[in-house]
Amino acid sequence: MLRASSSGTVLPVAHERAATPSAADGLDPDSRRWLDELGGVGHAHDDAVARLHDLLLRAARFEVSRRRLALPHLRGGDHDDLAQQSADDALVAVLAKLDDFRGESRFTTWAYKFALYEAAVKLRRRAWQDRELPLEPESWSLMAAGGASPAEHAAEGELLGALQTAIAEALSVHQREVLVAITLNGVPVDVLAERLNTTRGALYKTLHDARKKLRRRLAADGFDVASAGGELV
Amino acid sequence: MSDPAADHRELIVALLGPAGPELTCEECFEQLDRYVDLELAAADADRAVPGMRAHLTGCPACRDDHESLHELVRTHSP
Repeated sequence: MLRASSSGTVLPVAHERAATPSAADGLDPDSRRWLDELGGVGHAHDDAVARLHDLLLRAARFEVSRRRLALPHLRGGDHDDLAQQSADDALVAVLAKLDDFRGESRFTTWAYKFALYEAAVKLRRRAWQDRELPLEPESWSLMAAGGASPAEHAAEGELLGALQTAIAEALSVHQREVLVAITLNGVPVDVLAERLNTTRGALYKTLHDARKKLRRRLAADGFDVASAGGELV
Repeated sequence: MSDPAADHRELIVALLGPAGPELTCEECFEQLDRYVDLELAAADADRAVPGMRAHLTGCPACRDDHESLHELVRTHSP
């Protein structure tokens, strides 16, 4: 049986687990207790589910609070409604995926990520709702300014110019729109995925393929792309 | 006042992404809790989860999710 969470994820409805999974061997005591109680029946199970919901709500409220500045038009009640909805959806996800917990982290860390994910997706979508997604470059002026940079930065300016050409000539329309929207215009990948009726993973694959094309094109043009890009530090 | 060189560097990183192999978004979500617990235990998380750091560099949404989980666990561990 399936249900759709409000963030669009299709999840199996939580069901009672028959036994503690053998993969849970070697768990820390706290994680073991969570699994035993959530996998059990009766009051202990019900209490554990209630405590899990409290834990997920704490995480969702943390995420809402962290991103509050990005949503100045939301009122306090809206924030809490969003956190409650995120905790509810995360609870369904966690209970449905209990058998996937392999004990490679603490149970609480594993559970937290579901609440944070649900809240983050909802908040990003809320921040962009009713807004047209910019798929054309809004930062070309910044890139074009490369030619005016000091001499020691001329190489990077030249690389940016070549990148602008490569984006225009080497990418498909779809690859260009995805690359520009996500990397230049700051459109969140899950917001773009929802508008384009696809998934976050599929869009990131498109972005990955576009970046590979750009690297190949720049290498063919004589640029040292092995050292370009890398980590943001 | 913004630094043009830093702006250029940031743009190049954003457009070209990481140079090496990286996880997918699904693999990142799967491994994120393990990665964060290892980081907070001062273990070598990047060695334990190859491709995670590169993906976090290349994917703004997953980078955001990582920052949230890291901060939440660091400050709210039961």
